[in-house]
Amino acid sequence: MASNSGYDKYKSDGSLQGNLLEWFDARFPATSLWRGHLAEYYAPKNFNFWYFFGSLAIVVLAIQIITGIFLVMFYKPDASLNANGVPVAFASVEYIMRDVNWGWLIRYMHSTGASAFFVVVYLHMFRGMLYGSYRKPRELIWVFGMLIFLVLMAEAFMGYLLPWGQMSFWGAQVIVNLFSAIPFIGEPLSIWIRGDYVIGDATLNRFFSFHVIAVPLALLGLVAAHIMALHEVGSNNPDGIEIKKNVDAKGIPLDGIPFHPYYTVKDIVGVVAFLIVFFAVVLFAPEGGGYFLEYNNFFPADPLKTPPHIAPVWYFTPFYSILRAIVWPIFGLEAKFWGVVAMGASVVVIAFLPWLDRSPVKSIRYRGPIYKSFLTAFVIAFLALGYFGTQPPSPVGEVVSQICTLIYFAFFLLMPWYSKIDKCKPEPERVTFK
Amino acid sequence: MSEESKVDCGRRRLIIATAVVGGAGAAAAVVPFVSSMLPSERAKAAGAPVEVDVSNLAPGQMITVEWRGKPVWIFNRSQEMLDTLAKLDQSVADPKSDGKQQPDYCKNPTRSIKPNLLVAVGICTHLGCSPTSKFKQGAEEGMPADWLGGFICPCHGSTFDFAGRVFRNKPAPSNLEVPPHTYLSATRILIGEDRKGV
Repeated sequence: MASNSGYDKYKSDGSLQGNLLEWFDARFPATSLWRGHLAEYYAPKNFNFWYFFGSLAIVVLAIQIITGIFLVMFYKPDASLNANGVPVAFASVEYIMRDVNWGWLIRYMHSTGASAFFVVVYLHMFRGMLYGSYRKPRELIWVFGMLIFLVLMAEAFMGYLLPWGQMSFWGAQVIVNLFSAIPFIGEPLSIWIRGDYVIGDATLNRFFSFHVIAVPLALLGLVAAHIMALHEVGSNNPDGIEIKKNVDAKGIPLDGIPFHPYYTVKDIVGVVAFLIVFFAVVLFAPEGGGYFLEYNNFFPADPLKTPPHIAPVWYFTPFYSILRAIVWPIFGLEAKFWGVVAMGASVVVIAFLPWLDRSPVKSIRYRGPIYKSFLTAFVIAFLALGYFGTQPPSPVGEVVSQICTLIYFAFFLLMPWYSKIDKCKPEPERVTFK
Repeated sequence: MSEESKVDCGRRRLIIATAVVGGAGAAAAVVPFVSSMLPSERAKAAGAPVEVDVSNLAPGQMITVEWRGKPVWIFNRSQEMLDTLAKLDQSVADPKSDGKQQPDYCKNPTRSIKPNLLVAVGICTHLGCSPTSKFKQGAEEGMPADWLGGFICPCHGSTFDFAGRVFRNKPAPSNLEVPPHTYLSATRILIGEDRKGV
């Protein structure tokens, strides 16, 4: 019997096991899911190092969900002061760290996992840029991916408030106040987000709710959409050519190999290597030199005193620098508003890559010198923005950030022009594979 | 005419009517949820005024009290500090306090009721950080050599003078807010209400 997905239903060989599987498969698309997404999902055979990061993102997501479930058993989202004058939320994190069995490990895995998530996702996105993975017909995969990135930023930001330390409090204060820069509706909007006139218990409780329920649900749904869209059109590869153009008599791509077992096994190697690095950080440097866990966050939130230097966690700093770079009022609207607009635009513009890129080739291997120069400048600008975002405001940092912001936007907004006139090399007919 | 292309207008009208009623119901259902996220009645009631005794505040000294969850500075400026204000009229964005950041009775050169005593919300008008005191003149506290004293916001570097006036070309759009306040006696200030006092 053929299912409506095109895969034959499982036929029993008469054994008890076979009969059970046949009964199950007649009532649930087990065979078609297994074949369509794993055993007969044909991925290009020339994947390289850069193709580890998609599966690693799923591994980190699993780590975050599992450690998160256990943290919620001990954490209390409560800004009121306990008998010792310490906020209950802050004290409950100390309790996890000091008194809960293995609590330190579970919490450090979760806090390191947040940074690891962004490391992996940034590399995954950069892979897409290197090999043109966002180009037709993969535009929707890219757009779903950008939505995942946005939701992930919201998830990380709200999670950062929960320990109720100084950086939690003042970071949330700054980011929520960004919304108040929107003309007319800004002020009521930021009050609605906080649930109070200042960051307080109401804010802590709703961020907890969003962090553990609403945003993870959205994240899981988007990850499913991202993978379904990928499996619909098939994976790109380092040559940026379509393997579906060369197929055998059965319609199977000549340069494709089944995802399982070939890439499941390859990805396990990546996971092992990743976990070695991940646990090296968790066990030996969980604070990440003050970048993963900022030292000021070991002080309980004090609404009366901003720490002398506040900066977001490292993964937000490139965008934060762009916010700080805009210091001029334009069209009678204050600089604060344009800073927020530029920061928002710097994230949103990435989603438009599929339509900005007009190059005849997809992969960096066959791109011309102009694109390569622009991409190099973009990477340097992104890293410089990230660096200056961690630093206190300074005149040098401001000028460098302004130049880098210009490069950042030039990379995207000039792309329709420079990607078209670039001198590209001819693409091969089949993937290159040693 | 084929069977498929026949449109039953009565049924179509019913479908439209059902969709409209259903949509209105869904929109109405959103209201309680969205509204629940606004400040609760308890949060709205928690804005009681705060009374402060300033009898022990020496010239050049500043204390911070909490009002509505925000830091409020009470700053006894020395004569030397007050003298810097007039020199900075050209350097600050709103020298005459034309913005709405203070009650009318504080729209004056010192932005205060009594010239020496500044009462201001210690929250930067940019993104809500609390500025740090840099009272010493010159480069001693990491400020430029021509610094006359005031405040700097640690988040985005906005600077303010001794009257909470923001300097030009800084991210903060306006001067620090002066809350409504009243002198209950010569040394007691009530923050949060403009009742007629002494």
